[in-house]
Amino acid sequence: MKHLSRIYISLIFLLLYAPIIVMVIFSFNSSESLSVFEGFSLKNYQEVFRNSEVIGAFKNTLILAVATAAISGILGTAAAVGISRMRARYIRRSVLSVTNIPMMNPDIVTGVSLMLLFVSAGTIIGLETTLSFWTLLIAHVTFSLPYVILSVLPKIKQMDKHLTEAAMDLGCTPLSAFFKVELPCIMPGVVSGMLMAFTLSLDDFLISYFVTGSGFQTLPIYIYSAVKRGVRPSLYAANTIIVLAVLVLLILINFVGDKDDKPKARKEK
Amino acid sequence: MNKRSSLLQKFVAAPYIVWSVLFIVVPLVMVVYYTFTDSNAKFTLDNIYTLLEPDYVSIFVRSVAYSFIATVVCLIIAFPLAYFISQSKPTTQKTAMMLIMLPMWTNLIIRTFSLSNIIADEGVINSLLQSIGLQIHMIDSPFAVILGMVYNYLPFMALPIYTVISKLDKNVVEAAQDLGCNKFMVITKIIMPLSKSGIISGITMVFVPAISTFYISQKLGGTNSRLIGEEIEAAFMSSGDKNFGSAISLVLMILIMLSIAVMNKFSDDEEDGGMIL
Repeated sequence: MKHLSRIYISLIFLLLYAPIIVMVIFSFNSSESLSVFEGFSLKNYQEVFRNSEVIGAFKNTLILAVATAAISGILGTAAAVGISRMRARYIRRSVLSVTNIPMMNPDIVTGVSLMLLFVSAGTIIGLETTLSFWTLLIAHVTFSLPYVILSVLPKIKQMDKHLTEAAMDLGCTPLSAFFKVELPCIMPGVVSGMLMAFTLSLDDFLISYFVTGSGFQTLPIYIYSAVKRGVRPSLYAANTIIVLAVLVLLILINFVGDKDDKPKARKEK
Repeated sequence: MNKRSSLLQKFVAAPYIVWSVLFIVVPLVMVVYYTFTDSNAKFTLDNIYTLLEPDYVSIFVRSVAYSFIATVVCLIIAFPLAYFISQSKPTTQKTAMMLIMLPMWTNLIIRTFSLSNIIADEGVINSLLQSIGLQIHMIDSPFAVILGMVYNYLPFMALPIYTVISKLDKNVVEAAQDLGCNKFMVITKIIMPLSKSGIISGITMVFVPAISTFYISQKLGGTNSRLIGEEIEAAFMSSGDKNFGSAISLVLMILIMLSIAVMNKFSDDEEDGGMIL
């Protein structure tokens, strides 16, 4: 049984990683071929670092992800606090239902619906093209917010309400009680929600594809158009670098997160 | 004092509520609006009628069938995987889960492309097979599309199932064993029913992206097996027919909401606000 399970796990992992392994191997290929390995070389990697388009797209992706995490972190935490204080059950329920929409809706519908909004808003204002960095940012914040809210809400529920009351009895205003007592308590939820937002934004292709303009290119969008033009081994090299970066990040999170009770986001995407 | 604070706290959620109305509710209303109008903004049902033509019905049926098969295959692979991982040592568990999550954070496009490169006629597998004089045609087929879906979305199935199984009360399993269950019965009678919520969220997390994907079928499916996602993409990005594109999106959305509602009927632990994922 023990051996059987080992074999099964390794087999599935082998299948899961086959395309990634192939990608890593061929990123070192000295020829342009993607199916026959001809010799080891690092020239694909040199090409990546010389390609200003890749570097620009990478920068854009990072800027977008950081901005998304910051905005959805603040908006989402405020929303979670507000939602948890709502007395009327039906308002609370309807707000939560709307919050769930971006998570249940297929990404393509979210992307298309936002595109419709931006394009018609553009024609109303009279701009030729509204699709830009700002529409991308709005879209990314929109699909990240539910994850922030849903990882902060349980933390608020778990918190001891008397702590805030005690703080106010001891002379805190509601505002300072929030910042001094409540916020530190729910911080793990806020952080994991923001991390979620960051990674979702980094990785998103589908929604970005519909709401981005020609002026602002993220890495997934660049990869899509580059693949359309015909893949070259340098793209494999660029992705190998990303995989390595993610691997390092994951290992770091795993080791650092050991001490915490590991705030689990509801849905990893 | 109390009243003032609660008023303040209500306003805290206000920016979010405005945001979600503007960017969640209004866009969906616009999808509905575009569905029932033509390019001159006049009311019409033509878009819906077009969708009822056999061509489009078969696209919908094909999309549902492919993503259904992919979901079932994911479940069959992921359940034993999650179970076996949960039975191993804690450090192995951690590493295994990390390895499952890693592919999720590498770009879907490049993963799919790399997969197509493996199974292509001149791909890695065939160039290996050629040395023994064989060739298998795999790409541009339903098999390739379903393989792509399974490969891309398997982690979404394994993760929630693992989370539920690893939190199961070990005493329940022991009690079942004490009462005469063998290993197989423990799995079917105890672990499977208790991990239902994980299985259900896994199913939605695989089925929804699978049914709406356009890249996987574009890359692996060839030209004669188009799926819903491809139709939506084509309507918006190449033919520019927003009204028809909206109609397909609306139907897709309703289809998914219905299947989620059906799934929710099966899961007994409903949460506040109808959260399902």
